[in-house]
Amino acid sequence: MQPQTEKKVLIIIPAYNEEVSIGAVIDDVRKAMPTATVLVVDDGSSDNTSAVARKHGAKLLAHTFNMGIGATVQTGYKYALLHNYDIAVQVDADGQHPPAQIKELIKPIIEGRANVVIGSRFLGQGDYKPSLARGVGIAIFSKIVSIILREEITDTTSGFRAVDKEALKFLEGCYPDDYPEVEALVLLHKKRFAIMEVPVTMAERQGGKSSITTGKSAYYMIKVLLAIMVDLIKKV
Amino acid sequence: MIQIIAIITTLVFLVLVIDFIRRGLLKEKYAVLWLGFIVVIAILAIWKNLLDMIAMRVGIAYSPSLLFLVAFIFILLILLHYSVVISVLTDRNKRLAQEITIIKSRLEETIGKDSQPK
Repeated sequence: MQPQTEKKVLIIIPAYNEEVSIGAVIDDVRKAMPTATVLVVDDGSSDNTSAVARKHGAKLLAHTFNMGIGATVQTGYKYALLHNYDIAVQVDADGQHPPAQIKELIKPIIEGRANVVIGSRFLGQGDYKPSLARGVGIAIFSKIVSIILREEITDTTSGFRAVDKEALKFLEGCYPDDYPEVEALVLLHKKRFAIMEVPVTMAERQGGKSSITTGKSAYYMIKVLLAIMVDLIKKV
Repeated sequence: MIQIIAIITTLVFLVLVIDFIRRGLLKEKYAVLWLGFIVVIAILAIWKNLLDMIAMRVGIAYSPSLLFLVAFIFILLILLHYSVVISVLTDRNKRLAQEITIIKSRLEETIGKDSQPK
């Protein structure tokens, strides 16, 4: 393996009202990846997310108003391209993603085996147990996306992912707004980027709650499926 | 009677649209749609025989209904056009906000560095 210092790595932490957990996440990421830059993109939080991020030594981009997770990650991608980073890694601010495993995430990119790497909760030793409704939804997405991509993707909604410069250049211009994790996979596939999954073990959330509650799961699923259909006919 | 109402309404519309263009409240680009709409409705309202003829041809017993049908289709088209315009504006708005975010952070860094040596 080539030394990692050759590649400029940006860790993007999209955050919306995450003052409780973000400090610890930044510290852990910096400890795990001392040579990487940590960038917090604050999506118009009304709490002290920005101040906490600064105090913990992260670079900060703050949206003037809330624009959603898609636009937030995309702002990070734009920053990555502007400052010539080779790899951008997305890590959630709620402490669910294990910073120690970022190295595993970027390894396939450094070795030139993939453009996009997803940290999957369902490959290998993970002990993540979703609720029944969510489990069913996740399984259905996984099936559909796997069929479209002609490659097995077990964790389509995982936000723990790394992208290389080529994928950055593409996503910077057309990162989806509504359900970016799933939709981006479809778009990336249409552009024939090499997508890969690596197993990760995710911790329980440290703070905040999932944007998807069990009751809304079915509705969420239908909307994502529609979005995927739209992506399939979209010109990229 | 309905013919008179239709003619008056179209005239009011025409005056409104022209006045909006004159005062710069309506971009010419969007005014074209409205003017086209007004012209078609006006022709159908004034030339009643034409309306009756088309109505009979397409099987509408009460010919002023055709007027409403045409108006309805035009309004749908205009709404669709607006959805497209809004989508384009939303995307531009997002891109501007993202660029402002990045420029803002750059600016803060520069100002921070400038004030340090004092």
